[in-house]
Amino acid sequence: MSSTIIIPLLAATVQSGTPVLYATLGEIFTEKSGVLNLGVEGIMIVGALSGFWVSQASGNPWLGFLAGGGCASLFSLLHAAVCLVFQGHQVVSGLALTILGTGLASFLGTPLIGQKAPGFSRIFIPLLQDIPLLGPILFRQDPLVYISYILPIAIWLFLYYTRWGLALRASGENPRAVDVAGISVQFYRALGIMIGGFLVGLGGSYLSLAYTHIWTNGITAGRGWIAVALVIFAFWKPGRAVLGAYLFGGVMAFQLRLQAMGTTIPSSLLLMLPYLLTIIVIALASKRSRGGEAPAWLGVNVEPEE
Amino acid sequence: MRTKSLCLLFGALILLLAAGPVSAKDLKVGFIYVTPIGDAGYSYMHDQGRQAVEAMVGVDTSYVEAVQEGPDAERVLRNMARKGFDLIFATSYGYMDSVIKVAKQFPEIIFMHFSGFKRAENVGTYFGRIYQARYLTGIAAGKMTTSNVLGYVAAYPIPEVIRGINAFTLGARSVNPEVQVRVVWTKSWYDPATEKEAAKSLIDVGADVIAQHADSPAPQEAAQESGVYSIGYNSDMSSFAPDSHLTAAIWKYQNLYRDIVKQVKNDTWKSTDIWAGLDENVVGIAPFGPMVDTETAELVTAKKEAIAAGDLQVFSGPIRDQDGELRVEKGEAMSDEELLGMTWFVENVVGTTQ
Repeated sequence: MSSTIIIPLLAATVQSGTPVLYATLGEIFTEKSGVLNLGVEGIMIVGALSGFWVSQASGNPWLGFLAGGGCASLFSLLHAAVCLVFQGHQVVSGLALTILGTGLASFLGTPLIGQKAPGFSRIFIPLLQDIPLLGPILFRQDPLVYISYILPIAIWLFLYYTRWGLALRASGENPRAVDVAGISVQFYRALGIMIGGFLVGLGGSYLSLAYTHIWTNGITAGRGWIAVALVIFAFWKPGRAVLGAYLFGGVMAFQLRLQAMGTTIPSSLLLMLPYLLTIIVIALASKRSRGGEAPAWLGVNVEPEE
Repeated sequence: MRTKSLCLLFGALILLLAAGPVSAKDLKVGFIYVTPIGDAGYSYMHDQGRQAVEAMVGVDTSYVEAVQEGPDAERVLRNMARKGFDLIFATSYGYMDSVIKVAKQFPEIIFMHFSGFKRAENVGTYFGRIYQARYLTGIAAGKMTTSNVLGYVAAYPIPEVIRGINAFTLGARSVNPEVQVRVVWTKSWYDPATEKEAAKSLIDVGADVIAQHADSPAPQEAAQESGVYSIGYNSDMSSFAPDSHLTAAIWKYQNLYRDIVKQVKNDTWKSTDIWAGLDENVVGIAPFGPMVDTETAELVTAKKEAIAAGDLQVFSGPIRDQDGELRVEKGEAMSDEELLGMTWFVENVVGTTQ
């Protein structure tokens, strides 16, 4: 393979990994607070729809992008209500959110199918784009990709170097201690759900505003579930989420290019690759960490203090 | 106890509504669509046909959109049948078994199933020869390419899609023997992100015309952004790629639906398999983009007339498959049955049917 193939392949890897990266970071954020949210797929599609909708109505894609996150965040409040207020089962509530989100987006989005909305296109960053190899791969993308470069660092700094981040992580690791210290576990868990939902929603609106500029039913096509899996692969670390998302994006972009180059390998096998990789990677990751990397109280509800 | 009686009351109400006033002379025609109608695409084109039927005198239509194949479809079909529809169009391949099942219970109602192969006394099938339109778009693509590599974003390797790719290739070959058609499968009818990525991967290997058998306009977007040409599908997709869109293979169901409804109204309807094409104006091509030169446009138009008149058959020999083996002898043409079961690629296609 020549460099005329490799560079576009790696650039496509970054792009196709980006929506998954946003969603994975969001779910890491939520799970760090001790809440398992399996509604990623539903939240993501709500983000994709509202982002597209607002961008079309306002004519401003940035507004759309933020609205995608905002609406997704509000939508994920349902999860907070069920799990934090009513002590409902987190797995069940998350699954319900996925089903509800997919259905709601399909119902509300019907009039928008086939329409156009302003979206993001590539902006080449001066100087940086001329770096050999890295320039064309990393710095000839759309603005939302650039944001996704900063995001993991920002989340990592927030989680590990601020008091808020400490309290949020402690709500997932040792909620009793947080409670004893007079800090509200419920508040930090709600924060985890809402900010996580916001990020997942941004990933959704990336699909309808930057990756493509169209809205359609099922636009997320399972990417939310991949994000849930990648959280485990990433050992709940924002940095490793980048690796996981690009690995998935890379295999996806690679199998399409392999087909385009005229391989005789059946496409069914190639299309399995990204998912096969996800399974293998999780199996290996789980074996290595034996679950020790997960927040200790992940998925366990905490009774609110009297 | 109270909820039970309430339920009964509601049930009675629904039954009353369902059996509501049916005007004696109007023919009631129902349509069910697999996706939302939207502004372009598969169900949109079927709905254009429905509107043409609605405009006929003495015909009443209604539709249900986004009906999933399987139990949902069966429920909707049965509902329509109970509500006294005279003719029901089921517009997706996957409705096949539901249609046969419900039709058995309502022998007095006529069902028409799109693209299927199971028929009964009161179930007919209808379909369009979209491959003829694809052949024409192939000619345009073969003429306009400079790299001699055409890209084709395709959904699933089923005979309908394979037939379309082959027709497109034969069309391109007829004007450009050097041409290569590269196929990428997305294995989904509707996944815009993957479809766009597939188109981009084809452009990366040198394709300068992108054709598609997938429902979203995402491949058109990819072509527009990369400055290569594109061929649309279903409806005129030029609004998504004004600088790229050469033409599109499009469905024109209006005539087909009007004919069937007329037959039912005149009591001449019989269960048959309708497979109409350019001759009955059921398929066609979208207006050419400004970049298409007159010579190409005239050539395509001439071929269109030849196919419509029956002078030209798309799948006439000699046709070789990918391995160079002669599949159709010179002077022979493939039968409809062979076309409907096509699972191999013709010469000049790069890719696998698996």
